[in-house]
Amino acid sequence: MKVLVPVKRVIDYNVKVRVNAENTAVDLTNTKMSINPFCEIAVEEAVRLKEKGTATEVVVVSIGDKSCQEQIRTALALGADRGIQIDTDVNLDSLQVAKLLAKVVEEEEPGLVILGKQSIDSDNNQTGQMLAALCGLPQGTFASEVAIEGDAVSVTREVDGGLQTVKLALPAIVTTDLRLNEPRYASLPNIMKAKRKPLAVKSAADFGVALESKVKVLKVTPPAERQGGIKVADVAELVDKLKTEAKVI
Amino acid sequence: MAILVYAEHDNAHLKSETSKMINAAGQMGGDIHVLVAGENCQAIAEDAAKIAGVQKVIVADAAAYKDQLAENIADLVLEVGEGYSHILAAATTTGKNFMPRVAALLDVAQISDIIAVESGDTFVRPIYAGNAIATVQSEDNVKVITVRASAFDASAEQDAAPVEASGSVIESAKSEFVSQELTESERPELTAADVIISGGRGMQNGDNFALLNGIADKLGAAIGASRAAVDAGFVPNDMQVGQTGKIVAPQLYIAVGISGAIQHLAGMKDSKVIVAINKDEEAPIFQVADYGLVGDLFEVLPELESSL
Ligand SMILES: Cc1cc2nc3c(=O)[nH]c(=O)nc-3n(C[C@H](O)[C@H](O)[C@H](O)COP(=O)(O)OP(=O)(O)OC[C@H]3O[C@@H](n4cnc5c(N)ncnc54)[C@H](O)[C@@H]3O)c2cc1C
Ligand SMILES: Nc1ncnc2c1ncn2[C@@H]1O[C@H](COP(=O)(O)O)[C@@H](O)[C@H]1O
Repeated sequence: MKVLVPVKRVIDYNVKVRVNAENTAVDLTNTKMSINPFCEIAVEEAVRLKEKGTATEVVVVSIGDKSCQEQIRTALALGADRGIQIDTDVNLDSLQVAKLLAKVVEEEEPGLVILGKQSIDSDNNQTGQMLAALCGLPQGTFASEVAIEGDAVSVTREVDGGLQTVKLALPAIVTTDLRLNEPRYASLPNIMKAKRKPLAVKSAADFGVALESKVKVLKVTPPAERQGGIKVADVAELVDKLKTEAKVI
Repeated sequence: MAILVYAEHDNAHLKSETSKMINAAGQMGGDIHVLVAGENCQAIAEDAAKIAGVQKVIVADAAAYKDQLAENIADLVLEVGEGYSHILAAATTTGKNFMPRVAALLDVAQISDIIAVESGDTFVRPIYAGNAIATVQSEDNVKVITVRASAFDASAEQDAAPVEASGSVIESAKSEFVSQELTESERPELTAADVIISGGRGMQNGDNFALLNGIADKLGAAIGASRAAVDAGFVPNDMQVGQTGKIVAPQLYIAVGISGAIQHLAGMKDSKVIVAINKDEEAPIFQVADYGLVGDLFEVLPELESSL
């Protein structure tokens, strides 16, 4: 079974985000960029399936300009077999990403697609579900456990009330949650090996997908700052403040 | 123009998200209809009919909808949602699961997690874990939106609007419910609680979370946690507050042994009053706390419990 893993290049999760002076976007100049943490978990899961002998090949795909090849190489260093970059400098919505990925699914015919549940930049949490709908496939989102059982996959999902387990006919789409696994660190030899793994570049324009979004960003502003508070000396003062000043207890 | 709101419920109770979404829908302009899909959910539909602003409730009562499987619900919403200008669901794990399918099948974008409505086509949503706020305008003919309920007040009540049944039963052959393990608790739900007390890695283990119980009892609080506490197995996943967990905005949020990483702040910094208890006076949580108490939680918590 082939496993396809879409990965996104995003601002590193440790970086403090700043809105640009024009209030049009977040300032990304000279910021550290990384593979989206949920995508890293997706790559790890796919590589484990391969190590167990369940998966035969792990293909990673990233949509973006040339710089996202860096994140594809990261995924290859973690153990993926080959990469595909779909080249575009358009800032795409999840719908356009899902449409491009649907074309890749058509071409590659994976048995399983594992995506992150959410990009930590757009915080959309959409692409996997959209891809599933476009391909007419079942989905197991927010996965904390994935088990292949013959021609089906059992997915345990982190939901608001606890955990839910669903069984999906393969091929299926899975999106990862934080508890699915703890991604490994790439070893130096594997980082070197990754440089020689195949990476195909395709132009987004060649897929026949309209890339324009119908959603315009009118402005991007910093959030309201919270007023700095005070330090209280002890529990008695804390309880007093909550009762008489804040009046919340 | 009419707006279809997908009701949030658990087959037993209508959840407060529904009333808050209806408030948001009211700011978009147009008639508001509510879709209740589930099993044995007639009583829930009748409750939804009493939320001010609702003109009609459509109830789809079938076993196929009981577990809110995305494949079934998305197709139902597509069928019932035909002709509506806006389709809204809560940004809960239910709404997040099926709504993007609806958007994709309608060939429109989804606008996730809105926190304010500027007009029928312009919405405000946080991005980058709430470190930036985007105002977006949609030209799509149907607006598919998930609503961050904590950002909206509940609607008032009204005399019941009519409830009608949808006979539709859609069941995907590709996906099936196997089991669920729901966390049982007598406490209020995190997303509906007025007071929340959350523990982090500083709690050291799951047993120590019992130190929060007495305080939660006295304050009628829900108990939450940081990702680190969930990852370490101290408490279940449904207690995680943050960018990728639950987003809460109670009257009072008490963070205990939580450092205040941006991903945690993203889930609670809109709380009205924030209290931080941490032994490290440099912990970033103090930057957002109205009242900070530097101290060892193992000393502070018992004292706090007895002084309430
Ligand atoms: C993709 C991604 C998504 C994430 N999503 C979330 C999310 O949704 N929610 C979330 O919370 N995090 C999330 N995180 C994790 C986040 O970055 C932090 O790692 C996490 O919030 C830290 O949890 P913590 O504050 O409990 O632990 P720590 O950062 O280890 O802090 C523990 C604190 O406890 C204090 N302490 C220790 N002992 C005591 C004592 N005896 N008395 C008093 N204080 C004490 C310490 O001083 C310290 O400040 C996410 C991270 C990533 C990469
Ligand atoms: N540009 C992209 N290239 C490849 N995969 C993507 C891209 N954008 C989103 N994804 C995938 O979709 C997941 C969810 O993203 P989102 O819906 O944007 O929150 C990510 O974790 C990736 O697996």
